[in-house]
Amino acid sequence: MTDSKYFTTTKKGEIFELKAELNSDKKEKKKEAVKKVIASMTVGKDVSALFPDVVNCMQTDNLELKKLVYLYLMNYAKSQPDMAIMAVNTFVKDCEDPNPLIRALAVRTMGCIRVDKITEYLCEPLRKCLKDEDPYVRKTAAVCVAKLHDINAQLVEDQGFLDTLKDLISDSNPMVVANAVAALSEIAESHPNSNLLDLNPQTINKLLTALNECTEWGQIFILDCLANYTPRDDRESQSICERVTPRLSHANSAVVLSAVKVLMKFMEMLPKDLDYYGTLLKKLAPPLVTLLSAEPELQYVALRNINLIVQRRPEILKHEMKVFFVKYNDPIYVKLEKLDIMIRLASQANIAQVLAELKEYATEVDVDFVRKAVRAIGRCAIKVEQSAERCVSTLLDLIQTKVNYVVQEAIVVIKDIFRKYPNKYESVIATLCENLDSLDEPEARAAMIWIVGEYAERIDNADELLESFLEGFHDESTQVQLQLLTAIVKLFLKKPTETQELVQQVLSLATQDSDNPDLRDRGYIYWRLLSTDPVAAKEVVLAEKPLISEETDLIEPTLLEELICHIGTLASVYHKPPSAFVEGSRGVQHKRLPGSAGSGESVESPDPGAAATETPPAVIPSQGDLLGDLLNLDLTPTTTTGPPPPTTSGMQMGAMDLLSGGLDSLLGGDIGGNPAMGAAFGAAPATMPASFNAPGSGGLDDLFDLGGGVGMPMGALNPPKAVWLPAMKAKGLEISGVFVRRAGVIQMEMTLTNKAMSVMTDFAIQFNRNSFGLAPAGPLQILTPLSPNQSIEPLNNLQVAVKNNIDVFYFSCQYPISMLFVEDGKMERQVFLATWKDIPNDNESQFQIKDCHLNSDAASNKLQSSNIFTIAKRTVEGQDMLYQSMKLTNGIWVLAELRVQAGNPNYTVSSVALAIGPIINQNGFENGFTNQAL
Amino acid sequence: MIHSLFLINASGDIFLEKHWKSVVSRSVCDYFFEAQERASEPENVPPVIPTPHHYLISVLRHRIYFVAVIQSEVPPLFVIEFLHRVVDTFQDYFGVCTEAAIKDNVVVVYELLEEMLDNGFPLATESNILKELIKPPTILRTMVNTITGSTNVGEQLPTGQLSVVPWRRTGVKYTNNEAYFDVVEEIDAIIDKSGSTITAEIQGVIDACVKLTGMPDLTLSFMNPRLLDDVSFHPCVRFKRWEAERILSFIPPDGNFRLLSYHVSSQNLVAIPVYVKHNITFREGSSQGRFDLTLGPKQTMGKAVEAVLVSSQLPRGVLNANLNASQGTYTFDPVTKMLTWDVGKINPQKLPSLKGSMNLQAGASKPDENPTINIQLKIQQMAISGLKVNRLDMYGEKYKPFKGIKYMTKAGKFQVRT
Repeated sequence: MTDSKYFTTTKKGEIFELKAELNSDKKEKKKEAVKKVIASMTVGKDVSALFPDVVNCMQTDNLELKKLVYLYLMNYAKSQPDMAIMAVNTFVKDCEDPNPLIRALAVRTMGCIRVDKITEYLCEPLRKCLKDEDPYVRKTAAVCVAKLHDINAQLVEDQGFLDTLKDLISDSNPMVVANAVAALSEIAESHPNSNLLDLNPQTINKLLTALNECTEWGQIFILDCLANYTPRDDRESQSICERVTPRLSHANSAVVLSAVKVLMKFMEMLPKDLDYYGTLLKKLAPPLVTLLSAEPELQYVALRNINLIVQRRPEILKHEMKVFFVKYNDPIYVKLEKLDIMIRLASQANIAQVLAELKEYATEVDVDFVRKAVRAIGRCAIKVEQSAERCVSTLLDLIQTKVNYVVQEAIVVIKDIFRKYPNKYESVIATLCENLDSLDEPEARAAMIWIVGEYAERIDNADELLESFLEGFHDESTQVQLQLLTAIVKLFLKKPTETQELVQQVLSLATQDSDNPDLRDRGYIYWRLLSTDPVAAKEVVLAEKPLISEETDLIEPTLLEELICHIGTLASVYHKPPSAFVEGSRGVQHKRLPGSAGSGESVESPDPGAAATETPPAVIPSQGDLLGDLLNLDLTPTTTTGPPPPTTSGMQMGAMDLLSGGLDSLLGGDIGGNPAMGAAFGAAPATMPASFNAPGSGGLDDLFDLGGGVGMPMGALNPPKAVWLPAMKAKGLEISGVFVRRAGVIQMEMTLTNKAMSVMTDFAIQFNRNSFGLAPAGPLQILTPLSPNQSIEPLNNLQVAVKNNIDVFYFSCQYPISMLFVEDGKMERQVFLATWKDIPNDNESQFQIKDCHLNSDAASNKLQSSNIFTIAKRTVEGQDMLYQSMKLTNGIWVLAELRVQAGNPNYTVSSVALAIGPIINQNGFENGFTNQAL
Repeated sequence: MIHSLFLINASGDIFLEKHWKSVVSRSVCDYFFEAQERASEPENVPPVIPTPHHYLISVLRHRIYFVAVIQSEVPPLFVIEFLHRVVDTFQDYFGVCTEAAIKDNVVVVYELLEEMLDNGFPLATESNILKELIKPPTILRTMVNTITGSTNVGEQLPTGQLSVVPWRRTGVKYTNNEAYFDVVEEIDAIIDKSGSTITAEIQGVIDACVKLTGMPDLTLSFMNPRLLDDVSFHPCVRFKRWEAERILSFIPPDGNFRLLSYHVSSQNLVAIPVYVKHNITFREGSSQGRFDLTLGPKQTMGKAVEAVLVSSQLPRGVLNANLNASQGTYTFDPVTKMLTWDVGKINPQKLPSLKGSMNLQAGASKPDENPTINIQLKIQQMAISGLKVNRLDMYGEKYKPFKGIKYMTKAGKFQVRT
């Protein structure tokens, strides 16, 4: 007799029959009936109508029956809250039962009944159970607090359960400790700032002790909790590492990975020259390798994490290349991950092996995998210079197989190899040309056309080849059309005599018959260039291209650091910060790796090239630095030591003006394989201000009103653009920019340059919340109003996310606070006087501005154009006192007193802010000041 | 933590659901079905699937998908490990883990799931403890329960639950005290066309079946412990002692358990037990191909290679194969193009071979891909890594147990490229 009998009856009166059975006098029949009910429930049938009858069976001394009824209750109490009240009495009674199993069961079940009325009755029994003499009950009760918190957070706080839970961390039983930690961690997730898990060396010690003795699941909770702790110094860090290391030998892979997370994080604090550091590195490799022999699902998660670890510390697994070799019956998701890691580990030492493997993969059955393998060969060539030749010959071998998709992928990557190593492998062009007819994918066609155009002088029949593409011009995708246009112009510039007709044909096709603005604009530009100055055209179109970089696929370092802190979590599987995707993460705290205690260097890097990529992308200068820069740059221009203006920015701006169609075509130009364009247009005079009228670029211009219409107001500071996001960090997207205030509007001017090999589209931008509520979209919204006497330092540090079709990039930049001063910041004299008196002294701050050779009037004028208004002036003992007011965009008034002594280049500023602490700091004031001092 | 669990069979029916927190509608599984449709093979369904409000983490075991629903940031490995534990428990309880077995025991399944997880936190996953809480169904017990009206739910708090040795219950008694250990090694290897080893590694485990009275304290030592540099232990093993003396010292759980798993990496020299001579060719322009395969023992320390099974996925263009096996039988599935050859034992004097021709579709061009040959085999009384147990001692109890150690080598993912 099996339970399947419970599924058999589906006759009309099933519920009726069950009802009768449930009310039967015979115990055995009752139990069977409840089992039938449970069976129906498990397959999703609605048996809620039986609620009163099932609850009636609850008063029993049969534990199994009791459990079954509890199961039923948990499922249906929500839909029958009034009925569920009937069960309360039994629960409360069971919580007093002499058998701890029943006490625990009762408190556990009560927590699962998500009905407000019941939770009220739960508090007293729960309080008792949290202090129960039996640890089994205590550990169950700990989890119950988390359940209750999920239903009614306020109740839990009011009843003081959180403190009881915190006390349980010091419980004598490790299982209780583990559950308390788990419950607190879960509660803390919904209270990011509550400081629930206040970790200090004493609690850490308790956790480490419990770690050795609790269950595997408890170990995971404790390790994840440990990972949030920041040790005071490297010795504490080392001692924690020593105590966590044995967990690497645990049979449960989740324990292993959580231990890896703790070690990876705390390792940052160890000095590199420590022996222990080296030992630890060696110890990390074997458990990671072992994870790869587990089930494919585990392998997948492990591989995603290894991908991060390899980027952060390539030295750990550099000798383990072979374990990432693909087995033919691995699931596809494992294969693709292994391939990615193989490339990351590829180096001169193992490249021969890797290439042989990749070549093998290229003959596999799965098309997606084969394509990725061929691309991988190209990435190897670009990554390991010494292997380029071998990679090219491998690719040629693959082209000889004539398998269509292999050939197409091979051609796409050979194009990239040409860009990385120009004038080295052109001998293979002939072979490529043989396969021209078999190409049917846009990317491969575009790549081939680029190659033909780029090396037109070495291909005898280049004109014929390109002409053959021209026949179906309108059926091609935009990518191919753009490429074809550029390639034919290149050809014309190289062989003007034979190809005049061809170039005219393509220009007219592009400009007259096309609806695509990018294509049309590019056509017109070429046309005008060619007709006005062929020599300039040559310089532009055939200019030298920047080399492509091999690090474009790396994860941006700050993101990587954050992800390393989240090893083993969903974030690490998706390679996105947890805040980006976890539902209900109300302000997830960003975790950062702790700094190294030893030397200043953050990571040991295998080669100097990589070292450069490991510095954070946008180092936010400390106030002092910024000040120094500005002062040096602006006030004493003769001794400029500030950041040199980026040399490329002028060119990029020019490019945009000329194109006036903007972003898209510029990007298209770069990417489509004609890197000449971006640089090329730079040669043209760049006189107009940057304008951003990109038609298809997601409304960047709308957002910022960056259009060139606004003239530069007199005297306004026009600082050079600084690179905010280097291309290396953002898969080829370089963003440089500056903040200015024009006509009462804060403007953020950005130059986006595509230095990658592929088209970027779908741009979007978003700002992180910031003190002044800067948001991309016209009117300013104050998202976080500063409340009175709040003592936070206003952050004029803006975190920006720019998204395109490739990825989302994060960077941060600093805007001068002077931008935030609004035009109506002039205060009435009386008001000023009254306010000045009203503000308590401790809201005042004072500082000096040095080396400013202006008299008070000139200074006042200068400041006024930066919206710092002089209200009154008086002269005391040869000192000019200027009383000034300014108003921030979030409505905060700032009052200042500027003391100028004739002949003394040092000014003294006392500033007070209305109703709020030292909101206006030295930095802001001087920015405003120095802006005008230009 | 883990919110809900859905069990889905091969035909895409949800046949069991369990919720540990609020009820999640089963429509959430639609996202899983979408992913399932996209995947070419059942095993290619990605293990982690995002949906707008939840994440689905799934494992495929015994042709059943175990789909866990989670809502907050939870370590996926934790979920996957737990799902594996669920499968193992079912198997332990019901002998097999099939849809039929689960449906037959649906109430026990439900009780088990309730016992294993509380509010998404694992509660009791050790099989010893679970079996004390919920007795596994046996024919005898079902009958006794039916007659006496007693239950298969334990009335007592499991003894191991909170002790320092949670894996062992107290008061164990046996008349025959015995402790058996199986050293089982699986060799994973990729051999290239020319017969040289690209990568080879060994996954080893020591499984134990210990039925000893009382609280025995065992130590197990090895002849060559340095082989074991990458190990994962059962929680019962005292790690400090291993670190210091390379001796396994432990109080064993009662019954069957995995004491240790280890990994001998590709950096060590791994012995390859068999070699394969192969010649699989297709001529351009002809609709025929040649197939020629010979197996022979290599480094087996004189032990016999048994239960050899060769399988190979032939190219899609192959219509049928006309082969001749010197021993054993072969089958060729014209739909999946899978060639399987059950060789049996390899006789070193007379090497087994499989020769003949393959027919291609008329006019089809030469296939691009090279078939890979997959080999399964068993070698008794030998651990291919050379691992040897030195001695097993028992302390803490007075009786003299029977002791036994068995070695076995199997092929794991043993692949030969052609």
